[in-house]
Amino acid sequence: MSLSSRDPAPARAAASVYLDYAATTPVDRRVANKMIPYLTELYGNPASRSHAFGWAADEAVELAREQVCSLINADPREIVWTSGATESNNLAIKGAAHFNRAKGKHLITVATEHKAVLDSMRELEREGYEVTVLPVLPSGLLDIAVFEAALRPDTVLASVMMVNNETGVIQDIAAIGALCRAKGVVFHVDAAQAAGKVVIDLDVLPVDLLSLSAHKIYGPKGIGALYVRRKPRVRIDAQMHGGGHERGMRSGTLATHQIVGMGEAFWLARENMAADNARIKTLRDRLWAGFQQMDCVVLNGDESQRAVQYLNCSFNYVEGESLLMGIKGVAVSSGSACTSASLEPSYVLRAMGRSDELAHSSVRFSIGRFTTVEEIDFTIAQVTEVVNRLRAMSPLWDMVQAGIDLSTIQWSEH
Amino acid sequence: MAYSEQVVDHYENPRNVGAFDANDASVGTGMVGAPACGDVMRLQIRVNAQGVIEDAKFKTYGCGSAIASSSLVTEWVRGRTLDEALAIKNSQIAEELALPPVKIHCSILAEDAIKAAVADFRSRQATGEAATLVSEQPACASSTR
Repeated sequence: MSLSSRDPAPARAAASVYLDYAATTPVDRRVANKMIPYLTELYGNPASRSHAFGWAADEAVELAREQVCSLINADPREIVWTSGATESNNLAIKGAAHFNRAKGKHLITVATEHKAVLDSMRELEREGYEVTVLPVLPSGLLDIAVFEAALRPDTVLASVMMVNNETGVIQDIAAIGALCRAKGVVFHVDAAQAAGKVVIDLDVLPVDLLSLSAHKIYGPKGIGALYVRRKPRVRIDAQMHGGGHERGMRSGTLATHQIVGMGEAFWLARENMAADNARIKTLRDRLWAGFQQMDCVVLNGDESQRAVQYLNCSFNYVEGESLLMGIKGVAVSSGSACTSASLEPSYVLRAMGRSDELAHSSVRFSIGRFTTVEEIDFTIAQVTEVVNRLRAMSPLWDMVQAGIDLSTIQWSEH
Repeated sequence: MAYSEQVVDHYENPRNVGAFDANDASVGTGMVGAPACGDVMRLQIRVNAQGVIEDAKFKTYGCGSAIASSSLVTEWVRGRTLDEALAIKNSQIAEELALPPVKIHCSILAEDAIKAAVADFRSRQATGEAATLVSEQPACASSTR
Protein backbone atom coordinates (compact mmCIF):
# COMPACT_ATOMS: atom_id res chain seq x y z
CA MET A 1 0.00 0.00 0.00
CA SER A 2 1.52 3.37 -0.96
CA LEU A 3 1.99 6.05 1.65
CA SER A 4 -0.52 8.34 0.02
CA SER A 5 -3.45 5.97 0.23
CA ARG A 6 -3.68 5.31 3.96
CA ASP A 7 -7.03 6.30 5.35
CA PRO A 8 -7.01 7.82 8.87
CA ALA A 9 -10.80 7.84 9.06
CA PRO A 10 -11.34 4.83 11.37
CA ALA A 11 -9.91 6.65 14.39
CA ARG A 12 -12.56 9.33 14.14
CA ALA A 13 -15.46 6.96 14.77
CA ALA A 14 -14.35 6.16 18.31
CA ALA A 15 -15.12 9.47 20.07
CA SER A 16 -18.45 10.99 19.18
CA VAL A 17 -18.62 13.93 21.62
CA TYR A 18 -15.78 16.45 21.41
CA LEU A 19 -15.24 18.50 24.55
CA ASP A 20 -11.57 19.28 24.02
CA TYR A 21 -11.94 22.61 22.23
CA ALA A 22 -9.08 24.02 24.27
CA ALA A 23 -6.73 21.50 22.67
CA THR A 24 -7.87 22.37 19.15
CA THR A 25 -11.01 23.12 17.19
CA PRO A 26 -12.49 21.86 13.96
CA VAL A 27 -12.01 24.30 11.10
CA ASP A 28 -15.30 26.06 10.50
CA ARG A 29 -16.63 25.03 7.07
CA ARG A 30 -16.91 28.65 6.06
CA VAL A 31 -13.21 29.04 6.83
CA ALA A 32 -12.23 25.91 4.91
CA ASN A 33 -14.22 27.03 1.90
CA LYS A 34 -12.43 30.36 1.85
CA MET A 35 -9.02 28.67 2.04
CA ILE A 36 -9.27 26.09 -0.73
CA PRO A 37 -9.10 28.35 -3.80
CA TYR A 38 -5.74 29.61 -2.53
CA LEU A 39 -4.30 26.13 -2.81
CA THR A 40 -5.15 25.34 -6.39
CA GLU A 41 -6.20 28.55 -8.17
CA LEU A 42 -4.90 31.66 -6.43
CA TYR A 43 -1.56 30.10 -5.58
CA GLY A 44 0.75 33.00 -6.22
CA ASN A 45 3.47 34.02 -3.80
CA PRO A 46 2.27 37.17 -2.02
CA ALA A 47 5.80 38.56 -2.34
CA SER A 48 5.69 38.37 -6.13
CA ARG A 49 5.24 42.02 -6.85
CA SER A 50 5.37 41.75 -10.61
CA HIS A 51 2.34 39.73 -11.66
CA ALA A 52 -1.34 39.21 -10.99
CA PHE A 53 -0.82 35.85 -9.28
CA GLY A 54 1.22 37.57 -6.61
CA TRP A 55 -1.07 40.58 -6.38
CA ALA A 56 -4.11 38.41 -5.82
CA ALA A 57 -2.39 36.52 -3.04
CA ASP A 58 -1.11 39.71 -1.48
CA GLU A 59 -4.58 41.20 -1.53
CA ALA A 60 -5.94 38.16 0.31
CA VAL A 61 -3.17 38.38 2.89
CA GLU A 62 -3.83 42.04 3.54
CA LEU A 63 -7.55 41.45 3.90
CA ALA A 64 -6.82 38.70 6.40
CA ARG A 65 -4.58 41.07 8.32
CA GLU A 66 -7.48 43.48 8.65
CA GLN A 67 -9.80 40.67 9.71
CA VAL A 68 -7.44 39.69 12.51
CA CYS A 69 -7.21 43.32 13.57
CA SER A 70 -10.99 43.57 13.70
CA LEU A 71 -11.06 41.11 16.58
CA ILE A 72 -8.38 42.81 18.65
CA ASN A 73 -8.67 46.44 17.58
CA ALA A 74 -5.20 46.76 16.15
CA ASP A 75 -3.60 48.27 13.06
CA PRO A 76 -2.75 45.91 10.16
CA ARG A 77 0.85 47.07 10.26
CA GLU A 78 1.07 45.63 13.76
CA ILE A 79 0.42 42.05 12.66
CA VAL A 80 3.26 39.60 11.94
CA TRP A 81 2.27 36.20 10.56
CA THR A 82 3.88 33.17 12.20
CA SER A 83 3.45 29.40 12.17
CA GLY A 84 1.39 29.51 15.34
CA ALA A 85 1.25 30.84 18.87
CA THR A 86 4.27 28.79 19.90
CA GLU A 87 6.37 30.60 17.33
CA SER A 88 4.75 33.92 18.26
CA ASN A 89 5.70 33.33 21.90
CA ASN A 90 9.27 32.45 20.93
CA LEU A 91 9.53 35.49 18.67
CA ALA A 92 8.09 37.87 21.24
CA ILE A 93 10.11 36.66 24.20
CA LYS A 94 13.45 36.01 22.54
CA GLY A 95 13.00 38.91 20.15
CA ALA A 96 12.24 41.47 22.86
CA ALA A 97 14.87 40.12 25.26
CA HIS A 98 17.56 40.16 22.60
CA PHE A 99 16.66 43.61 21.33
CA ASN A 100 16.79 45.03 24.84
CA ARG A 101 19.87 43.16 26.04
CA ALA A 102 21.79 46.39 26.64
CA LYS A 103 19.01 47.73 28.85
CA GLY A 104 18.84 44.78 31.19
CA LYS A 105 18.72 41.03 31.53
CA HIS A 106 15.84 40.42 33.93
CA LEU A 107 12.64 38.75 32.72
CA ILE A 108 9.42 37.98 34.57
CA THR A 109 6.81 35.35 33.90
CA VAL A 110 4.27 33.19 35.74
CA ALA A 111 4.34 29.53 36.82
CA THR A 112 1.12 28.76 34.95
CA GLU A 113 2.27 29.91 31.52
CA HIS A 114 2.26 27.63 28.49
CA LYS A 115 5.44 25.65 27.85
CA ALA A 116 6.13 27.78 24.79
CA VAL A 117 6.66 30.70 27.16
CA LEU A 118 8.37 28.82 30.00
CA ASP A 119 10.75 26.95 27.71
CA SER A 120 11.60 30.12 25.80
CA MET A 121 12.40 31.79 29.11
CA ARG A 122 14.53 28.81 30.13
CA GLU A 123 16.43 29.05 26.89
CA LEU A 124 17.17 32.71 27.61
CA GLU A 125 18.37 31.72 31.07
CA ARG A 126 20.95 29.53 29.38
CA GLU A 127 22.02 32.60 27.44
CA GLY A 128 22.62 34.51 30.64
CA TYR A 129 19.30 36.19 31.34
CA GLU A 130 17.75 36.05 34.80
CA VAL A 131 14.14 34.85 34.97
CA THR A 132 11.70 35.29 37.83
CA VAL A 133 8.80 32.84 37.68
CA LEU A 134 5.99 34.17 39.84
CA PRO A 135 3.66 31.91 41.83
CA VAL A 136 -0.12 32.19 41.58
CA LEU A 137 -2.90 32.16 44.14
CA PRO A 138 -4.97 28.99 44.63
CA SER A 139 -7.51 30.49 42.25
CA GLY A 140 -4.88 30.57 39.52
CA LEU A 141 -4.83 34.37 39.51
CA LEU A 142 -1.60 36.32 39.73
CA ASP A 143 -1.36 38.59 42.79
CA ILE A 144 -0.76 42.05 41.31
CA ALA A 145 1.20 43.17 44.36
CA VAL A 146 3.52 40.20 43.94
CA PHE A 147 4.04 41.14 40.30
CA GLU A 148 4.80 44.73 41.18
CA ALA A 149 7.32 43.68 43.80
CA ALA A 150 9.15 41.58 41.22
CA LEU A 151 9.82 44.47 38.86
CA ARG A 152 13.42 45.70 38.97
CA PRO A 153 15.35 48.49 37.28
CA ASP A 154 16.92 45.89 34.98
CA THR A 155 13.65 44.17 34.04
CA VAL A 156 13.11 44.38 30.30
CA LEU A 157 10.23 41.98 29.62
CA ALA A 158 7.25 40.43 31.36
CA SER A 159 5.06 37.71 29.89
CA VAL A 160 1.61 36.85 31.28
CA MET A 161 -1.07 34.88 29.44
CA MET A 162 -4.56 36.30 29.19
CA VAL A 163 -6.52 33.04 29.44
CA ASN A 164 -4.96 29.87 30.86
CA ASN A 165 -5.18 26.84 28.61
CA GLU A 166 -5.87 24.34 31.41
CA THR A 167 -8.24 26.23 33.69
CA GLY A 168 -9.54 29.13 31.61
CA VAL A 169 -8.51 31.59 34.34
CA ILE A 170 -8.36 35.20 33.07
CA GLN A 171 -5.51 37.38 34.37
CA ASP A 172 -5.92 41.10 34.99
CA ILE A 173 -3.95 42.13 31.93
CA ALA A 174 -4.93 45.80 32.19
CA ALA A 175 -3.51 46.15 35.71
CA ILE A 176 -0.34 44.19 34.94
CA GLY A 177 0.17 46.15 31.74
CA ALA A 178 -0.20 49.46 33.51
CA LEU A 179 2.58 48.52 35.92
CA CYS A 180 4.83 47.51 33.04
CA ARG A 181 4.11 50.72 31.14
CA ALA A 182 5.00 52.79 34.19
CA LYS A 183 8.37 51.03 34.50
CA GLY A 184 9.22 50.86 30.80
CA VAL A 185 9.01 47.07 30.75
CA VAL A 186 7.94 45.40 27.52
CA PHE A 187 4.72 43.48 28.17
CA HIS A 188 3.98 40.29 26.23
CA VAL A 189 0.63 38.52 26.48
CA ASP A 190 -0.04 35.01 25.17
CA ALA A 191 -3.60 35.33 23.92
CA ALA A 192 -3.78 31.99 22.11
CA GLN A 193 -6.69 30.84 24.27
CA ALA A 194 -8.16 34.32 24.68
CA ALA A 195 -8.89 35.53 21.16
CA GLY A 196 -12.50 34.98 20.26
CA LYS A 197 -13.36 34.07 23.84
CA VAL A 198 -12.84 37.31 25.75
CA VAL A 199 -12.83 40.88 24.48
CA ILE A 200 -9.39 42.13 23.50
CA ASP A 201 -9.09 45.86 22.75
CA LEU A 202 -5.49 46.80 22.10
CA ASP A 203 -6.42 50.43 21.85
CA VAL A 204 -7.16 50.29 25.55
CA LEU A 205 -4.96 47.49 26.89
CA PRO A 206 -1.33 48.51 27.56
CA VAL A 207 0.07 45.42 25.82
CA ASP A 208 3.18 45.56 23.65
CA LEU A 209 3.27 42.07 22.17
CA LEU A 210 0.37 39.65 21.80
CA SER A 211 0.45 36.04 20.55
CA LEU A 212 -2.43 34.70 18.51
CA SER A 213 -3.38 31.25 17.27
CA ALA A 214 -5.80 30.22 14.54
CA HIS A 215 -6.54 26.62 15.45
CA LYS A 216 -8.02 27.53 18.84
CA ILE A 217 -10.87 29.42 17.16
CA TYR A 218 -11.98 27.32 14.23
CA GLY A 219 -9.08 28.19 11.96
CA PRO A 220 -6.41 25.84 10.57
CA LYS A 221 -3.44 24.55 12.52
CA GLY A 222 -0.01 25.82 11.59
CA ILE A 223 -0.76 29.56 11.44
CA GLY A 224 -0.69 32.29 14.02
CA ALA A 225 0.35 35.88 14.45
CA LEU A 226 2.25 38.20 16.72
CA TYR A 227 0.89 41.65 17.41
CA VAL A 228 3.73 44.17 17.71
CA ARG A 229 2.67 47.59 18.94
CA ARG A 230 3.50 50.67 16.89
CA LYS A 231 2.42 53.37 19.31
CA PRO A 232 4.56 53.46 21.32
CA ARG A 233 6.89 51.55 19.03
CA VAL A 234 8.01 48.13 20.17
CA ARG A 235 10.97 46.51 18.48
CA ILE A 236 12.09 42.91 18.49
CA ASP A 237 14.97 40.97 16.98
CA ALA A 238 13.84 38.55 14.30
CA GLN A 239 14.26 34.84 15.02
CA MET A 240 13.70 33.66 11.44
CA HIS A 241 15.96 35.24 8.84
CA GLY A 242 15.90 35.15 5.05
CA GLY A 243 14.20 37.72 2.91
CA GLY A 244 13.01 40.22 5.47
CA HIS A 245 9.29 39.48 5.23
CA GLU A 246 6.85 41.01 7.73
CA ARG A 247 8.85 44.23 8.10
CA GLY A 248 11.98 42.23 8.82
CA MET A 249 10.45 40.56 11.85
CA ARG A 250 9.67 37.16 10.35
CA SER A 251 11.13 35.92 7.12
CA GLY A 252 9.55 33.19 5.05
CA THR A 253 7.06 32.98 2.21
CA LEU A 254 3.59 33.65 3.52
CA ALA A 255 1.22 30.70 3.44
CA THR A 256 -1.68 32.48 1.76
CA HIS A 257 -4.25 29.75 2.27
CA GLN A 258 -3.39 29.50 5.97
CA ILE A 259 -3.51 33.25 6.41
CA VAL A 260 -6.84 33.48 4.61
CA GLY A 261 -8.11 30.80 6.99
CA MET A 262 -6.91 32.62 10.06
CA GLY A 263 -8.39 35.89 8.85
CA GLU A 264 -11.77 34.35 8.15
CA ALA A 265 -11.76 32.53 11.50
CA PHE A 266 -11.00 35.75 13.36
CA TRP A 267 -13.68 37.60 11.44
CA LEU A 268 -16.25 34.93 12.29
CA ALA A 269 -15.12 35.06 15.91
CA ARG A 270 -15.75 38.78 15.99
CA GLU A 271 -19.18 38.34 14.50
CA ASN A 272 -20.18 35.41 16.71
CA MET A 273 -18.33 35.85 19.98
CA ALA A 274 -21.13 37.38 22.04
CA ALA A 275 -23.76 34.89 20.92
CA ASP A 276 -21.36 31.92 21.12
CA ASN A 277 -20.32 32.88 24.64
CA ALA A 278 -23.86 33.24 25.91
CA ARG A 279 -24.79 29.82 24.60
CA ILE A 280 -21.57 28.22 25.80
CA LYS A 281 -21.93 29.65 29.28
CA THR A 282 -25.35 28.02 29.61
CA LEU A 283 -23.91 24.70 28.51
CA ARG A 284 -20.91 24.97 30.83
CA ASP A 285 -23.09 25.83 33.82
CA ARG A 286 -25.32 22.87 33.00
CA LEU A 287 -22.32 20.56 32.86
CA TRP A 288 -21.01 21.79 36.22
CA ALA A 289 -24.44 21.49 37.83
CA GLY A 290 -24.56 17.91 36.60
CA PHE A 291 -21.20 17.06 38.16
CA GLN A 292 -22.07 18.72 41.42
CA GLN A 293 -24.69 16.00 41.94
CA MET A 294 -21.70 13.84 42.93
CA ASP A 295 -19.69 14.16 46.14
CA CYS A 296 -16.09 15.35 46.32
CA VAL A 297 -15.91 17.10 42.96
CA VAL A 298 -13.68 20.16 43.09
CA LEU A 299 -13.47 23.07 40.67
CA ASN A 300 -9.97 24.11 39.55
CA GLY A 301 -9.63 27.78 38.73
CA ASP A 302 -11.26 30.99 39.82
CA GLU A 303 -15.04 30.80 39.88
CA SER A 304 -15.66 34.14 38.18
CA GLN A 305 -12.42 35.20 36.46
CA ARG A 306 -12.68 32.34 34.01
CA ALA A 307 -13.52 32.09 30.34
CA VAL A 308 -16.91 30.44 29.82
CA GLN A 309 -15.53 27.67 27.62
CA TYR A 310 -13.62 25.92 30.40
CA LEU A 311 -14.51 23.49 33.14
CA ASN A 312 -11.50 21.98 34.88
CA CYS A 313 -12.48 19.88 37.85
CA SER A 314 -11.12 17.06 39.95
CA PHE A 315 -13.12 13.97 40.77
CA ASN A 316 -11.45 13.04 44.01
CA TYR A 317 -10.34 9.46 44.62
CA VAL A 318 -10.57 8.61 40.92
CA GLU A 319 -7.51 8.78 38.72
CA GLY A 320 -7.82 10.89 35.56
CA GLU A 321 -6.65 8.46 32.91
CA SER A 322 -8.87 5.66 34.17
CA LEU A 323 -11.76 8.13 34.06
CA LEU A 324 -11.01 9.15 30.50
CA MET A 325 -10.77 5.49 29.52
CA GLY A 326 -14.23 4.92 30.89
CA ILE A 327 -15.97 7.86 29.25
CA LYS A 328 -15.72 6.36 25.79
CA GLY A 329 -17.43 8.58 23.34
CA VAL A 330 -16.34 11.81 25.07
CA ALA A 331 -13.04 13.47 24.16
CA VAL A 332 -11.46 15.55 26.95
CA SER A 333 -8.06 16.14 28.58
CA SER A 334 -6.74 15.23 32.01
CA GLY A 335 -4.12 16.75 34.28
CA SER A 336 -3.09 13.28 35.36
CA ALA A 337 0.51 12.24 35.08
CA CYS A 338 -0.52 9.13 33.21
CA THR A 339 -1.82 11.21 30.32
CA SER A 340 1.32 13.27 29.93
CA ALA A 341 4.41 12.05 28.12
CA SER A 342 6.57 13.05 31.07
CA LEU A 343 4.57 11.23 33.78
CA GLU A 344 4.38 14.53 35.67
CA PRO A 345 0.96 15.74 36.80
CA SER A 346 -0.28 19.12 35.59
CA TYR A 347 2.20 21.80 36.60
CA VAL A 348 -0.52 24.41 36.30
CA LEU A 349 -2.64 22.74 38.96
CA ARG A 350 0.43 22.18 41.12
CA ALA A 351 1.25 25.89 40.86
CA MET A 352 -2.25 26.59 42.13
CA GLY A 353 -1.44 24.58 45.20
CA ARG A 354 -3.53 21.59 44.19
CA SER A 355 -2.27 18.37 45.77
CA ASP A 356 -0.85 15.74 43.45
CA GLU A 357 -3.90 13.57 43.96
CA LEU A 358 -6.26 16.34 42.89
CA ALA A 359 -4.03 17.00 39.89
CA HIS A 360 -4.14 13.28 39.02
CA SER A 361 -7.92 13.33 39.32
CA SER A 362 -8.44 16.38 37.17
CA VAL A 363 -10.26 16.55 33.87
CA ARG A 364 -10.53 19.55 31.57
CA PHE A 365 -13.80 19.89 29.66
CA SER A 366 -13.78 22.67 27.08
CA ILE A 367 -16.90 23.65 25.18
CA GLY A 368 -17.14 25.23 21.76
CA ARG A 369 -19.24 26.62 18.97
CA PHE A 370 -20.62 23.25 17.92
CA THR A 371 -21.40 21.72 21.33
CA THR A 372 -25.04 20.75 21.88
CA VAL A 373 -27.18 20.26 24.97
CA GLU A 374 -27.50 16.57 24.14
CA GLU A 375 -23.72 16.26 24.21
CA ILE A 376 -23.59 17.92 27.61
CA ASP A 377 -26.25 15.63 29.05
CA PHE A 378 -24.58 12.57 27.55
CA THR A 379 -21.30 13.64 29.13
CA ILE A 380 -22.85 14.15 32.57
CA ALA A 381 -24.37 10.67 32.41
CA GLN A 382 -21.15 9.01 31.23
CA VAL A 383 -18.92 10.77 33.75
CA THR A 384 -21.29 10.06 36.64
CA GLU A 385 -21.49 6.39 35.80
CA VAL A 386 -17.73 5.99 35.42
CA VAL A 387 -16.87 8.00 38.54
CA ASN A 388 -19.23 5.89 40.62
CA ARG A 389 -17.85 2.69 39.14
CA LEU A 390 -14.22 3.71 39.71
CA ARG A 391 -14.89 4.93 43.22
CA ALA A 392 -16.35 1.51 44.00
CA MET A 393 -12.95 0.16 42.93
CA SER A 394 -10.86 2.79 44.71
CA PRO A 395 -9.08 1.99 47.98
CA LEU A 396 -8.92 5.73 48.67
CA TRP A 397 -12.70 6.08 48.44
CA ASP A 398 -13.01 3.09 50.77
CA MET A 399 -10.79 4.73 53.33
CA VAL A 400 -12.54 8.07 53.08
CA GLN A 401 -15.93 6.39 53.49
CA ALA A 402 -14.57 4.68 56.59
CA GLY A 403 -13.71 8.09 58.01
CA ILE A 404 -9.96 7.84 57.56
CA ASP A 405 -8.12 11.10 56.91
CA LEU A 406 -5.86 10.33 53.95
CA SER A 407 -3.43 13.09 54.84
CA THR A 408 -2.48 11.13 57.97
CA ILE A 409 -1.43 8.05 56.05
CA GLN A 410 2.24 7.32 55.56
CA TRP A 411 2.39 6.17 51.96
CA SER A 412 5.34 4.34 50.42
CA GLU A 413 8.19 6.76 49.87
CA HIS A 414 8.37 8.50 46.51
CA MET B 1 -3.22 6.16 23.72
CA ALA B 2 -4.36 2.82 22.39
CA TYR B 3 -4.80 0.16 25.05
CA SER B 4 -4.26 -3.53 24.52
CA GLU B 5 -7.35 -5.74 24.40
CA GLN B 6 -6.26 -7.39 27.63
CA VAL B 7 -6.02 -4.08 29.50
CA VAL B 8 -9.40 -2.98 28.19
CA ASP B 9 -10.89 -6.33 29.22
CA HIS B 10 -9.64 -6.05 32.78
CA TYR B 11 -10.77 -2.44 32.96
CA GLU B 12 -14.28 -3.20 31.67
CA ASN B 13 -14.60 -6.48 33.58
CA PRO B 14 -12.29 -6.28 36.57
CA ARG B 15 -11.88 -9.53 38.45
CA ASN B 16 -12.28 -9.77 42.21
CA VAL B 17 -12.95 -6.16 43.12
CA GLY B 18 -13.65 -5.84 46.79
CA ALA B 19 -12.25 -6.22 50.27
CA PHE B 20 -11.76 -8.71 53.08
CA ASP B 21 -11.69 -7.88 56.75
CA ALA B 22 -8.07 -6.85 57.26
CA ASN B 23 -8.21 -8.01 60.86
CA ASP B 24 -9.17 -11.56 59.92
CA ALA B 25 -6.35 -13.90 60.80
CA SER B 26 -6.41 -15.63 57.43
CA VAL B 27 -6.10 -12.36 55.48
CA GLY B 28 -3.00 -10.54 54.28
CA THR B 29 -3.28 -6.94 53.11
CA GLY B 30 -0.79 -5.08 50.99
CA MET B 31 -1.24 -1.44 50.06
CA VAL B 32 1.37 0.04 47.76
CA GLY B 33 1.82 3.29 45.94
CA ALA B 34 0.73 6.80 46.88
CA PRO B 35 -2.00 9.20 45.77
CA ALA B 36 0.72 11.72 44.95
CA CYS B 37 2.02 9.28 42.33
CA GLY B 38 -1.40 8.63 40.88
CA ASP B 39 -1.24 4.92 41.75
CA VAL B 40 -2.48 3.13 44.86
CA MET B 41 -3.17 -0.60 44.87
CA ARG B 42 -4.65 -2.56 47.76
CA LEU B 43 -4.34 -6.30 47.34
CA GLN B 44 -5.79 -8.70 49.88
CA ILE B 45 -5.29 -12.46 50.04
CA ARG B 46 -7.12 -15.07 52.04
CA VAL B 47 -4.84 -17.96 52.91
CA ASN B 48 -6.05 -21.37 54.05
CA ALA B 49 -4.50 -23.65 56.63
CA GLN B 50 -2.36 -25.32 53.96
CA GLY B 51 -0.73 -22.00 53.06
CA VAL B 52 -2.56 -21.76 49.75
CA ILE B 53 -4.16 -18.51 48.64
CA GLU B 54 -7.78 -19.47 48.19
CA ASP B 55 -9.15 -16.03 47.38
CA ALA B 56 -7.93 -12.54 46.54
CA LYS B 57 -9.50 -9.11 46.26
CA PHE B 58 -8.22 -5.78 45.02
CA LYS B 59 -9.03 -2.10 44.85
CA THR B 60 -6.96 0.29 42.79
CA TYR B 61 -6.75 4.04 42.29
CA GLY B 62 -4.80 4.43 39.08
CA CYS B 63 -4.82 4.34 35.30
CA GLY B 64 -6.25 1.55 33.15
CA SER B 65 -2.95 -0.32 33.13
CA ALA B 66 -2.70 -0.17 36.91
CA ILE B 67 -6.25 -1.48 37.30
CA ALA B 68 -5.55 -4.25 34.82
CA SER B 69 -2.27 -5.22 36.50
CA SER B 70 -3.86 -5.56 39.92
CA SER B 71 -6.94 -7.32 38.56
CA LEU B 72 -4.73 -9.84 36.76
CA VAL B 73 -2.72 -10.44 39.89
CA THR B 74 -5.83 -11.43 41.88
CA GLU B 75 -6.51 -14.07 39.22
CA TRP B 76 -2.95 -15.37 39.22
CA VAL B 77 -2.45 -15.72 42.99
CA ARG B 78 -5.57 -17.79 43.54
CA GLY B 79 -4.64 -21.40 44.05
CA ARG B 80 -0.97 -20.64 44.58
CA THR B 81 1.05 -21.05 47.73
CA LEU B 82 2.56 -17.95 49.28
CA ASP B 83 6.00 -18.73 47.88
CA GLU B 84 4.56 -19.40 44.42
CA ALA B 85 2.78 -16.04 44.58
CA LEU B 86 6.04 -14.33 45.53
CA ALA B 87 7.59 -15.81 42.40
CA ILE B 88 5.29 -13.83 40.12
CA LYS B 89 7.40 -11.31 38.22
CA ASN B 90 6.28 -7.94 36.90
CA SER B 91 7.65 -8.87 33.48
CA GLN B 92 5.10 -11.67 33.26
CA ILE B 93 2.32 -9.26 34.12
CA ALA B 94 3.56 -6.72 31.58
CA GLU B 95 3.78 -9.38 28.88
CA GLU B 96 0.33 -10.78 29.57
CA LEU B 97 -1.20 -7.31 29.35
CA ALA B 98 1.04 -6.12 26.51
CA LEU B 99 1.97 -3.03 28.51
CA PRO B 100 3.92 -0.34 26.64
CA PRO B 101 7.24 0.81 28.18
CA VAL B 102 5.68 3.87 29.79
CA LYS B 103 3.29 1.61 31.76
CA ILE B 104 5.76 -1.00 32.97
CA HIS B 105 5.81 0.62 36.40
CA CYS B 106 2.18 -0.43 36.86
CA SER B 107 3.24 -4.07 36.68
CA ILE B 108 6.08 -3.41 39.12
CA LEU B 109 3.59 -1.94 41.57
CA ALA B 110 1.38 -5.01 41.20
CA GLU B 111 4.34 -7.29 41.96
CA ASP B 112 5.06 -5.13 45.02
CA ALA B 113 1.45 -5.48 46.09
CA ILE B 114 1.76 -9.26 46.16
CA LYS B 115 4.92 -9.07 48.22
CA ALA B 116 3.29 -6.63 50.61
CA ALA B 117 0.21 -8.79 51.06
CA VAL B 118 2.27 -11.92 51.69
CA ALA B 119 4.58 -10.07 54.07
CA ASP B 120 1.62 -8.71 55.98
CA PHE B 121 0.01 -12.14 56.26
CA ARG B 122 3.24 -13.71 57.48
CA SER B 123 4.04 -10.99 59.98
CA ARG B 124 0.56 -11.19 61.40
CA GLN B 125 0.82 -14.93 61.66
CA ALA B 126 4.02 -14.41 63.61
CA THR B 127 2.93 -11.62 65.89
CA GLY B 128 -0.85 -11.70 65.71
CA GLU B 129 -0.92 -7.90 65.19
CA ALA B 130 -3.51 -6.01 63.18
CA ALA B 131 -2.79 -5.34 59.52
CA THR B 132 -0.38 -2.58 58.63
CA LEU B 133 -1.85 -0.37 55.97
CA VAL B 134 1.12 0.23 53.74
CA SER B 135 4.22 -1.55 52.50
CA GLU B 136 7.77 -0.35 52.82
CA GLN B 137 8.84 -0.55 49.21
CA PRO B 138 9.16 2.61 47.17
CA ALA B 139 6.53 2.60 44.52
CA CYS B 140 6.17 5.89 42.69
CA ALA B 141 7.01 5.85 39.00
CA SER B 142 9.03 9.03 39.28
CA SER B 143 11.35 7.43 41.81
CA THR B 144 12.54 4.93 39.22
CA ARG B 145 13.56 7.65 36.70
